[in-house]
Amino acid sequence: MKISRYNDPKDISNCGLCGFINKKKKRVNGETIIKGIAIQHDRGNGLGGGFAAYGIYPDYAEFYAFHIMYDNAVSINETESFLKDVVTIEHIETIPTRKTIKISSSPILKRYFVKPLSSDQDFEKFGLIDKNEDDYIVKVVMHVNEKINGAYIFSSGKNMGAFKGVGFPEDIAEFFRLDEYSGYIWTAHNRFPTNTPGWWGGAHPFTLLDWSIVHNGEISSYGINKRYLEMFGYKCTLLTDTEVVAYLLDLLIRKHGLTEELACMALASPFWKHIERMDDTEKAAYTALRMVYGSALLNGPFAILFANSKGLVGLNDRVKLRPLVVGESGDFVYMGSEASSLKEMDSSISNFWAPKAGEPVIAHFEN
Amino acid sequence: MLEIDTKGVYYRDLNKTVREAVKAGERDFILKNVNGQRYICDGICEEIKMDIQGIPGQDLGAFMNGPVIRVFGDAQDGVANTMSGGKIVVHGSAGDVCGYGMRGGKLFIKEDAGYRIGIHMKDYKEKVPYIVVGGKAGDFFGEYMAGGVLVVLGMYSRKPKSPICGDFIGTGLHGGKIYIRGEIDPYLCGKECGIEEIDAKEDRTLYNILQEFCYEFSFNIEEIIKEKFSVLWPKTKRPYGNLYAY
Repeated sequence: MKISRYNDPKDISNCGLCGFINKKKKRVNGETIIKGIAIQHDRGNGLGGGFAAYGIYPDYAEFYAFHIMYDNAVSINETESFLKDVVTIEHIETIPTRKTIKISSSPILKRYFVKPLSSDQDFEKFGLIDKNEDDYIVKVVMHVNEKINGAYIFSSGKNMGAFKGVGFPEDIAEFFRLDEYSGYIWTAHNRFPTNTPGWWGGAHPFTLLDWSIVHNGEISSYGINKRYLEMFGYKCTLLTDTEVVAYLLDLLIRKHGLTEELACMALASPFWKHIERMDDTEKAAYTALRMVYGSALLNGPFAILFANSKGLVGLNDRVKLRPLVVGESGDFVYMGSEASSLKEMDSSISNFWAPKAGEPVIAHFEN
Repeated sequence: MLEIDTKGVYYRDLNKTVREAVKAGERDFILKNVNGQRYICDGICEEIKMDIQGIPGQDLGAFMNGPVIRVFGDAQDGVANTMSGGKIVVHGSAGDVCGYGMRGGKLFIKEDAGYRIGIHMKDYKEKVPYIVVGGKAGDFFGEYMAGGVLVVLGMYSRKPKSPICGDFIGTGLHGGKIYIRGEIDPYLCGKECGIEEIDAKEDRTLYNILQEFCYEFSFNIEEIIKEKFSVLWPKTKRPYGNLYAY
């Protein structure tokens, strides 16, 4: 098993989050999201901050963008020699950072724009029969994160990227020079870890392919979800509960073809007492969903924002144990833990509302 | 009167300024450009008046006993947390867990309120807390309520399609009263609740608090009381007296 410096078995966190989408794909500079999360400063404690941004790599939009954190040169060598065998690397660079007094130490951060190799044999190496490139990339990510000491791929989607680390989010943003990026979806997270280590890999967002997730709360069902995901080849290596949500979304939506609404109904399913009162068709559908995806049910308090190349979704647990507020203005939809955060991002929002527990708020791009 | 422009002011600095001014005898405040500052007026026992323009942060007026706060904007979570006395008027919507463990004073919310409003509210002799929500409320309204008065009207809402109140209303209710405008499906109510239909004109407690609510927001009380109300009352003072005893 991969050696880890952190072995705390519990997974609990309480945090602040916000995000927004421009439905017409107009790209917005990182300064807006930084304002929205900085005002939630006191929801975190400086042990984790992070951002996900979509639309930031238009020049490499066809390539999977790997953001990798390394402990040392050995882990770089081992990872790069592995990558050279399994992907075509179009471009390698150090992720640009700014020296800031608030972020005193960081792992080595590099990014790679890659494509899977194309032959049948390459796919067969990973046990893949049909030549699905996304599946191939998932295998590559899981291999590095599970097997290579001191190396973690923390972002692997196309034309998107996650930026995260130990520190307050506004300081992490300064460190990663996020004011120099422009994207059409941004999410941000301010972490208050209470029972898992505050380390670089444990900061939010958690990502896989173009999925990213930020989460306020605690996935009490982590153990069940983790074991369920392992049956499908997902490896939970980042020592924090939220990781399972990213992989569940990939499994339910990308692999099993559920709609986002249905996937949310599996993650935060209606109570049996409510299913009892539905009409026969609905009752049969929800009963089937709960039976098939019982192990994907997320228990415990959560407010999450998840995004992919189609849009942004907000979701609460079934009894709303964490806050989530939504506001709209023109082509923008904003979501976050506090109305003040949304107001800070866009002072023209006037009609805040809070979604119902367990009912997703879905904001897609317009065609 | 002290007017403070709070734009970009950190909550600790703001609250320190307010506290020091109260100590020096100031009784009238206007806070402008408030956005997210937490703990405003917490624990203040003097009878001050405060107008807030903008969105105050978490735990507005927690533990306070005396101030009258008017918020011209939305409020967030935990308004009137464990409040003892005074009044908070929100000219907009409020977030979750408002009036948690409230033991006196009044909270008026013009529009919608979130989940867990007025849970663990209690009263003692002349100390009776009141909450009136003009719009709609989420689940767990008045959960484990031990005293006081909760009212929800469902009239001034941003959520036209939502029901007036969520599920688990008054679960564990063992004191106080919950008034809901119109009929309520008993399925949504705790099994500890008795439910009765009443006319607001004949219930002095309800009528008086509605009068004050209408005064704050310039609403017409006749419009509100033309519909009947459902009142939820505790069937017993000790619903779980025998839960662990044989």
